[in-house]
Amino acid sequence: MTETLRRVAIDPISRVEGHGKVTLLLDEAGIVQQARLHIVEFRGFEKFIQGRPYWEAPVMVQRLCGICPVSHHLAAAKAMDQIVGAKLTPTAEKLRRLMHYGQILQSHALHFFHLSAPDLLFGFGSDVARRNIVGVAAAYPEVARQGVLLRKFGQEVIRVTAGKRVHGTSAVPGGVNKNLSLAERDVLLKDIYQIVAWSRDAVHLARRLFEQDLEMHTAFGSFDAHTLNLVRADGAMDLYHGGLRARTMDGKTLFDHLDYDRYWEEIFEEVKSWSYMKFPYFRELGPETGWYRVGPLTRVTQCDFIPTPLADMERREFLAFDGGRAANATLAFHWARMIEMLHAAEAIKDLLHDDDLQGTELMAKGERQERGVGVIEAPRGTLIHHYKVDENDLITRCNLIVSTTHNNQSMNEAIRQVARQHLDGQELTEGLLNHIEVAVRAFDPCLSCATHALGQMPLQVELVDAAGTVLDERLRS
Amino acid sequence: MTEPATFLLDGVEIPFAPGQTVIQAALSAGRYIPHLCYHPEFRPHGSCKLCTVKVNGRTAASCTLPAQAGLEVESETEELNSLRRTLVQMLFAEGNHFCPSCEKSGNCVLQALGYDLKVMSAGFRHFFPDRPVDASHPDILLDFNRCVLCELCVRASSEVDGKRVFALSGRGADKHLIVNSASGLLADTDMALTDKAMEVCPVGVILKKRAGFAQPIGARRYDTRPISAQALEDAPRPLGQGHCEACEASE
Repeated sequence: MTETLRRVAIDPISRVEGHGKVTLLLDEAGIVQQARLHIVEFRGFEKFIQGRPYWEAPVMVQRLCGICPVSHHLAAAKAMDQIVGAKLTPTAEKLRRLMHYGQILQSHALHFFHLSAPDLLFGFGSDVARRNIVGVAAAYPEVARQGVLLRKFGQEVIRVTAGKRVHGTSAVPGGVNKNLSLAERDVLLKDIYQIVAWSRDAVHLARRLFEQDLEMHTAFGSFDAHTLNLVRADGAMDLYHGGLRARTMDGKTLFDHLDYDRYWEEIFEEVKSWSYMKFPYFRELGPETGWYRVGPLTRVTQCDFIPTPLADMERREFLAFDGGRAANATLAFHWARMIEMLHAAEAIKDLLHDDDLQGTELMAKGERQERGVGVIEAPRGTLIHHYKVDENDLITRCNLIVSTTHNNQSMNEAIRQVARQHLDGQELTEGLLNHIEVAVRAFDPCLSCATHALGQMPLQVELVDAAGTVLDERLRS
Repeated sequence: MTEPATFLLDGVEIPFAPGQTVIQAALSAGRYIPHLCYHPEFRPHGSCKLCTVKVNGRTAASCTLPAQAGLEVESETEELNSLRRTLVQMLFAEGNHFCPSCEKSGNCVLQALGYDLKVMSAGFRHFFPDRPVDASHPDILLDFNRCVLCELCVRASSEVDGKRVFALSGRGADKHLIVNSASGLLADTDMALTDKAMEVCPVGVILKKRAGFAQPIGARRYDTRPISAQALEDAPRPLGQGHCEACEASE
């Protein structure tokens, strides 16, 4: 059937982490039938780690990514906690949480202010020479300044908890290798109230931008989707630990508070020939319709509440906004992301006042296990690490389902919606490319994370008709 | 008591005792010469060549060169440091040294030398040899990927532990570290955590299991001060301050 479709390729996507290429499959009437975000880079980490000692995994696997390595560091460490049979001490768990909230803060700030704000502030079709963080700094200097300092603060939280701003080593099987000194705490305390205030301002900025062109923002690449996220035992948003909650697009609960050790009973993965990225789906719904969406939009809409007051107030306003129209809007990802950033800032503030962070019981041990699963809510969504370890302490099997992989089909769906709205069927316009990139970028996909991309290429676009003739070609470096 | 004899190192007079090598005398006098296979507690080995100096215009390994009165030794020159950088690059190229995920990072002599000598590039295409780890021992992991053939473990196991657990096998580019047991596995030796051979590996080959990454960044040996500063602290006490264990000389 696809032989009669025309092919439109956009290669690669800029301002996402990694390399993506988009193909639009058109029918003979010029209507977009399918959108495929190709992931053609090879990821080898699940293989590299085989035969390595298990205590190496949290440090090695985080090298998947330079943007949110803490997520992989902690997900692997959580899996290794199970391998060593440890129940974390309060000090260890709180230090890891602090590190994770620092990660959420810096990653969300990076995404909103550095990567997406240029689109949102200047418009998707505006001059590309200005549509970047430097342009934001020139036109909106205070917004840019706050974005840079928010990210810097998050990185400082990571540095004092993990040992380095990027690729630290403190989460080890059964605990952490350092606590937070009073001096380190005081440096963070000095700025945290400003950070909370700026984070709240960022939520309001995201909301204003959404409201400014409400019809466009609610319609842009929007679609209904099933959802997957972690929640605390009482239903609260919990980005570090909890049970799995899956709901269908019409609100039916597929499973709730599922022990993530058993994720593999409910989440299956499908392989497709045109992408190295796998396609996860809910077993109960099957591969055709069982795909789902993870990340900030899902977490904010599917948790019962956020356990910090300012963020929860913003969550309630978000859900009530215009009769709930933001809840499924692809561009509402940004607004939800800023609500999470506010939650992270509040959580950091609370933790900095907790004396457990200066505790000295850092490590725990227990009965050795052969299998370990670690799940965490990374900035981009649910992240699953699953390992098997032999009797000699070497890893024999590893499966990673990263956030961008969970969102694989959701991103295709968003692209399809946008392309249907903006492709005239004859020509690839700069505006269309921009709109597709904006749709993909809303998910904050980490393609290097999902596939371990190497290098970057200029933007190459071609339009091919059903007979394979190139009708149009664009190159953007 | 007569004044000790001296030689010149980079124009500075270095006193020495009979039997000392150039590197022993230099380190005792507070003068650093880069080195890897040399260890103050063991007899000189002379295999890594990082301690190469120029003596009266000719190159020599300072760890095996007996100190003699009147020698004119050059060490801290760009020519020699450039050669040392190349040697370090070759050692990295020969094995699989993935510092980012190595638990010895921050405590590794090879890595510290790389930083200290300002090795800024790979220099050579890496061999990427296939060297499986030996995890058979309940308490000790052997990761042969990182071996630099310094033979410190061979010397420690043989001379101090009296066990002869390790040996080198093969020749030339095929030379590699082996375990002396019928199976070739460490589990079939009497190696123990308390052995001297556990302490001496300058890189991340001989590791205590389940202890990796327990030291936070900032507390590891070479996190704050370069190896060139710390090697002097490992050196035997200077002449004139009591018994010198390494050279067995006393004032």
